[in-house]
Amino acid sequence: MIVKKVATAGTLESSDILITVEKEEGDNGIRIHLESPVKKQFGDQIKQVIRDTAEFVGVKNAKITAIDKGALDCVIKARTSTALYRACDSTSYIWEKK
Amino acid sequence: MGDRLRRTMMFVPGNNPGMVKDAYIYKCDSIMFDLEDSVLLSEKDAARYLVYNSLRAIDYGDKELVVRINNPRTECGIMDIKAMVASKIDVIRLPKTENVDDVLICEKEIEKAEIEFEIEQGSTKMMAAIESAEGVLNARDIAKASKRLIAIALGAEDYVTDLKTTRYADGVELMFARSMLLHAARSAKIDALDTVYSNLNDEEGFRNEVLLIKKLGFDGKSIINPRQIEPIVEIFTPSRKEIDKALEIMDAIEEAKIKKSGVVSLNGKMIDMPIVLRAQRTIQLAKAARVL
Repeated sequence: MIVKKVATAGTLESSDILITVEKEEGDNGIRIHLESPVKKQFGDQIKQVIRDTAEFVGVKNAKITAIDKGALDCVIKARTSTALYRACDSTSYIWEKK
Repeated sequence: MGDRLRRTMMFVPGNNPGMVKDAYIYKCDSIMFDLEDSVLLSEKDAARYLVYNSLRAIDYGDKELVVRINNPRTECGIMDIKAMVASKIDVIRLPKTENVDDVLICEKEIEKAEIEFEIEQGSTKMMAAIESAEGVLNARDIAKASKRLIAIALGAEDYVTDLKTTRYADGVELMFARSMLLHAARSAKIDALDTVYSNLNDEEGFRNEVLLIKKLGFDGKSIINPRQIEPIVEIFTPSRKEIDKALEIMDAIEEAKIKKSGVVSLNGKMIDMPIVLRAQRTIQLAKAARVL
């Protein structure tokens, strides 16, 4: 999937994360800018969840800004997926059996 | 009606991560994640993804997990069903059910999703919320429309608007709908759930309404706040006297079985099947409330 426009998902409320996806020119992969009160402790893990989600959704190049307010991994995954699909103007969601 | 108690079914807005992640803390019987009215049209995709991922990651214990989907005649509703069946939700709650077709359309989409995700056919249950005069009048057929249905529920806000009235403290405006739904549910051998009580600050009014629906025979009530759990559990919990009587009845049944006696009596009174069924229900409620 190709990012076509700027899109956001999530909020700045506690337990949430605000994800903004922007187009990344060239082939620079997934570039992540993260702000989080637990960046020192969990920054790498949060970035990895975002990276894995982008890979799963099939987005290879994007600039992703994440402002975390203490979101669980499942929330990070949900907000990243939503923002990516919105940015790619797609509803070809991939659902997996639990 | 089955073994599961549905005294309290707690609404959780599907696009609120804080509430979705903490819902397991509260002692409600069922959690109902809402993808419908509490979610803005522009946020339907976000809520669906949030509930889908939370169901896959969070252990909600032994609570029954329900999701209120959008209209299954829309693309949004169909996507809700697909995502929720994939995440193995226990029950799909169909909003604004007016007739048998509404149930069948939803059921067909559930069946398709169960096949796609190789989930046991029939394992995803349904409940139908009835929220209009047309729905109330069709309640009997709706309740029997699918083997997947485990309950029907009254949604009073839309219903009273349809009737050109409003909610009143004594519930007189809901008298027919409540009676109709209850009879439809009992005739179909499924549960009947009452509507929400939205004035959180009127505790007395809430308790009166719970007492009323318990007297009528409802299995429980949809709730909008954890504060409403305790009064319902308290009102639905049998008294010590009722529990003792139920236990005596069950003992008398056991004794009669041992004696191979066809007729069971207790303190000179004959015990027949309705009495046994009521005693079993009392014991079930007492055990659920941990007073037995």
